[in-house]
Amino acid sequence: MTGVRNALRVALRNGKLVAGLAVVLALLLTALVVPATIAYGPNEYVGPAAAPPSAEYWFGTTTFGQDVFAQFAYGLRATFLVGLLGGGLAAVIGMAVGFTAGYRGGLVDEILNMITNIVLVLPALVVLLIVNAYLGVRDVGVQALFIGLTSWPWAARAIRAQTLSLRSRDFVDLARLSGMRTPGIIVREIAPNMSSYLFMTFILLFGGSILIAASLDFIGLGPSQGVSLGLMLNNAARWSALHLGMWWWFVPPGAGITAVVGSLYVVNVGLDEVFNPKLREM
Amino acid sequence: MLRLDGVSKIYRAGPFGGRELRAVSGVGFEVNAGEVVSLIGESGSGKSTIGRMVLRLASVTEGTITFDGEDVSAIRSPKAYYRQVQGVFQDPFSGFNPIFAADRVFEMIRREYFPRVSRAAWRERVESALAGVRLDPGQVLGRYPHQLSGGQLQRMLIARALLLDIRLLVADEIISMLDASTRVDVLNLLADLRSRGLGVLFVTHDLSLGTYVSDRTVVLRRGRIAEMGPTERVFGDPLHPYTRTLLDSVPRLHVKWAERRDEERAGRTVCPFHDRAPGTPVRGDLAEPEKDHHVACAGPGACPAAEEPEFRQPSAKERV
Repeated sequence: MTGVRNALRVALRNGKLVAGLAVVLALLLTALVVPATIAYGPNEYVGPAAAPPSAEYWFGTTTFGQDVFAQFAYGLRATFLVGLLGGGLAAVIGMAVGFTAGYRGGLVDEILNMITNIVLVLPALVVLLIVNAYLGVRDVGVQALFIGLTSWPWAARAIRAQTLSLRSRDFVDLARLSGMRTPGIIVREIAPNMSSYLFMTFILLFGGSILIAASLDFIGLGPSQGVSLGLMLNNAARWSALHLGMWWWFVPPGAGITAVVGSLYVVNVGLDEVFNPKLREM
Repeated sequence: MLRLDGVSKIYRAGPFGGRELRAVSGVGFEVNAGEVVSLIGESGSGKSTIGRMVLRLASVTEGTITFDGEDVSAIRSPKAYYRQVQGVFQDPFSGFNPIFAADRVFEMIRREYFPRVSRAAWRERVESALAGVRLDPGQVLGRYPHQLSGGQLQRMLIARALLLDIRLLVADEIISMLDASTRVDVLNLLADLRSRGLGVLFVTHDLSLGTYVSDRTVVLRRGRIAEMGPTERVFGDPLHPYTRTLLDSVPRLHVKWAERRDEERAGRTVCPFHDRAPGTPVRGDLAEPEKDHHVACAGPGACPAAEEPEFRQPSAKERV
């Protein structure tokens, strides 16, 4: 597989890709490892109230004496989870619908397009309210599921448009003349051509899921137990951290969300250069 | 070998396919082994659509296309068909996936058709196919499409088709991108392949090229056959006014348009279909005034009996 090795070599030489990946991995590691090293839970009242960052409590404490760093680490975990599950589910549905509609065209396209548009105008928040009231289930997984099921339409539309334009290129015809079947053509010819685009779609869906989860947390539809970066922001706002000058309460979760989404975006720009041989040489 | 009978292509356009567009109507001709048939017509005359239908890239709306007596649209395994019938298209840049090395088109053939052939043996075959189109393997293998010229890419696509033991080649404007010297090489290659029994459907708008390579010529106009027959008959003694106009529009060396005499520009004004001699055999829309030389009605404007056929060119979006 010299092609893969070659691509990897190009990838590792790309500064944007390496830098972005480093930040994402650092945050991911924090989310995975740090909670295990903290003896107490994120919502336990362990320290002095409203203390600024210190050697003992790196990110300070909340008005109630909870450790902000512990909340941050646990919150990152929930954030990655909801982003990965929600964004991943939306990306899978969006790709399946987009590729099928764009490649098949005709009646299939019209039906799928109609479904996409219906979901697009569905008032997701209202549906979530009702479902939440009805089920009463509040955990990160269910939240991610609903986010995934409601946020795929724009991705499907974008992928459909790209597929539509790529499908008319001669290399798709040549692939058919080489005996390839439709799924093979989509996976091996069309998808690689827009791989950075697909990755960008996933990143945007990932970031979008995190933001939607944060807003849901804010209106009280978040996970009933545990902590997330959105919930932290919500608590900070509720207890007037901004007015009390407790910047250490709201800066970490805000910076955390920004860092995750932002570094993924930088990774995406880097990947574009890796995937596109024309950009590679410039 | 290849036979088209009353083949039509109707594109559906508008919401829920409400409007119909006829791109090709009632076209019938044959391509035999070792024969080059050129399909000549202006842009939008349906010639490329016919090529695409023969390659199963577009469905046939009416009529049948048969290859060795088998209906092409009903073929179960397209793979076996594509082993014998291949196409090369007009725009070489569009024929390559820009993010992969250009030699992937060869690899694809190996993967789908010859998975058992070793890499070394395959490379030998690829190199000999490239030599057949006068390409230096060292210059093109491992390169990306944007690093190669249109002529190199086009010849690689021809080489790709030659890797399979094809019996019919649909060549859609393959020469347009090549410079004069390469052009001769490719034409000689075609002549060589033809002598070994390859049938070629040569789609072109270039009359001199058509005359140069083909045994038989089919002149298309607005999706219908205007005239067809042996190339030397069609161009030597054109019956249809459209064929004459086409011939007149070929620029000749040392002759300026303004210097040409009026009588040279004006053709005969009789309709070859409706004003035919009594006893001329007729099949469908075509009359056969001499053996194997078919001609259609001169059409609206030139023939009082002709009605204006509804016609519009399909746009790119409607070509589904």
